[in-house]
Amino acid sequence: MSTQPATATSSTEGEPSALSLSIDEEAKHSVIGEVPAESVMETFHLNVFYGDFHAVHDVNLTFGKNEITALIGPSGCGKSTVLRCLNRMNDLVPGARVEGEINYHGQNIYGPKVDPIAVRQHIGMVFQKPNPFPKSIYDNIAYGPRVIGMKVDNMDDLVEEALRGAALWDEVKDKLKQSAYGLSGGQQQRLCIARTIATKPDVILMDEPCSALDPIATAKIEDLMLQMRKDFTIIIVTHNMQQAARVSDRTAFFTAKPDETTGNRTGLLVEFDRTKQLFSNPADKRTEDYISGRFG
Amino acid sequence: MSTATTTARAVTTSTIATGKSKDRNLASLIFLGVLWFSLFFGVVVLLALIIDTAIEGSGRFDHYLFTDYEKSIAHEQAQKFSELRGIPVEDLSNHFTGFRGGILGSLWLMITTALLAIPLGIAAATYLEEFADSSTWYNRMIEVNLQNLAAVPSIIYGMLAAAIMGLMGFQFKGIVIGGAIALALLILPVVIITTREALRAVPQDIRQGSLALGATVWQTTRRQTLPSAIPGIATGTILGLSRAIGEAAPLIMVGLAAVQWDPTGFTSKVEALPMQIFRMASSPQEAVQEAASAGIIVLLAMILGMNAIAIIIRNKFQRSW
Repeated sequence: MSTQPATATSSTEGEPSALSLSIDEEAKHSVIGEVPAESVMETFHLNVFYGDFHAVHDVNLTFGKNEITALIGPSGCGKSTVLRCLNRMNDLVPGARVEGEINYHGQNIYGPKVDPIAVRQHIGMVFQKPNPFPKSIYDNIAYGPRVIGMKVDNMDDLVEEALRGAALWDEVKDKLKQSAYGLSGGQQQRLCIARTIATKPDVILMDEPCSALDPIATAKIEDLMLQMRKDFTIIIVTHNMQQAARVSDRTAFFTAKPDETTGNRTGLLVEFDRTKQLFSNPADKRTEDYISGRFG
Repeated sequence: MSTATTTARAVTTSTIATGKSKDRNLASLIFLGVLWFSLFFGVVVLLALIIDTAIEGSGRFDHYLFTDYEKSIAHEQAQKFSELRGIPVEDLSNHFTGFRGGILGSLWLMITTALLAIPLGIAAATYLEEFADSSTWYNRMIEVNLQNLAAVPSIIYGMLAAAIMGLMGFQFKGIVIGGAIALALLILPVVIITTREALRAVPQDIRQGSLALGATVWQTTRRQTLPSAIPGIATGTILGLSRAIGEAAPLIMVGLAAVQWDPTGFTSKVEALPMQIFRMASSPQEAVQEAASAGIIVLLAMILGMNAIAIIIRNKFQRSW
């Protein structure tokens, strides 16, 4: 947090006008690189408010089909907020309000006739902390298809398919009836991924899925994501820049801009491009500072 | 070994190996003494009361305590005991007076109270915790008043129950359902508050995981949150019921009175164990007072039994998230 003003000062030296820009002007200056040819979701002038607090300012993003898009940026830059808007999980936060549009295959999921529960059946989510249900491994997987009323010919096959899809089958096939709480942290997180796969979503959102895991478990999840890319569109929020560089096809870099009077930090999109391009040749000074570890 | 090291060691020895502990100075010891006294006072007074009562009632720990009604004894038994112990037949009933009416009445009242209070309490708590928008003024008002209701004197609930029974058209109100309404109203705030705490202890992660799969709030509540909260709900409910079983005031208010028969249904006239103890303890006859002391021990055993069940449930199903 304390590095933020320092960065602001250093950037004034280079480009004197940077500090005087209002947040509206700054948002217009987001660098949008190459956008995906075939998109699954787009945000269009997405603004998020918690009560009076403006959390995210004017984000325009395009998420490509069968791609992994990483959202990175310092704490409080609104990347998780954007992610939680994509399947309307932000509806559950009291006082949260969304302006702008989020289109899913061309349909605004914040439209008046849209059922958020139906949206979540298409757009699944994996959370930061592994959160298996206090049930058996089998029931953890079977729960989703059951509650959404999916037509399932053989639940055993579906469970196996989902567990194989999350590279967990071989480790748990002999203890499907045991509690999911007996699994290790990494296994629990893969179970949560399997649980999400079981409902056959189109898009999977991952909110820092590896931040509670050790490096070996993290590597397994990253391999898994690269495998899953052929069937799903994945959007991941991560604090780990190496992770973004390793797994993602495109990266969006967010930053937080403090309001001059209130000090509230509003998140905005700085740069969005192919991951290789963004990491090797960032267009914005702030992106460069962040990925080279100078702030954040 | 340099001189510096040697000096340092000498200094260390003189400061840490002083031969006494600063945790044992006068102020610490006085403070500890006060804490001990407070504990001692609470526990010893309670123990003394229980032991005194148990000794007073010791002559009456026989099966008649459970099988006989108040001041009643079968005629042929009376004849037999009169000859055996040399007590006049008309005085005998006092020596064999039992709590059958009270014990059975209390059990009936407990079951009916549980049937009334548990579904209502869980439903109300589930609404407040999972569905209500706590920013609206009416939900906030309900929350504040729930805390207040838990502190309302029990006799008030007796009056309320009597009024409800009147509205429902019951001529005679001292029946199972009347007493159960009074006790259910009495423990409802406790059941709601403990159920809410149990629901709140279920991590938000579980709810979010379920909702993110496309489950509705109702499905999430019924299949995830409530099942996870059952141990907490059961514990709170049993503790609430064990408070209800010791209440006499609201039952007297509703109009429960001494009975000489077993309750057979929700509309049977009943009485409760605490009421019977109260009446018998104020009797001038020593034999009846002795029976009252034994009755107190029976009531205590019932309450401790219920609390023990609550503790067992809590320990057995305790979950760390």
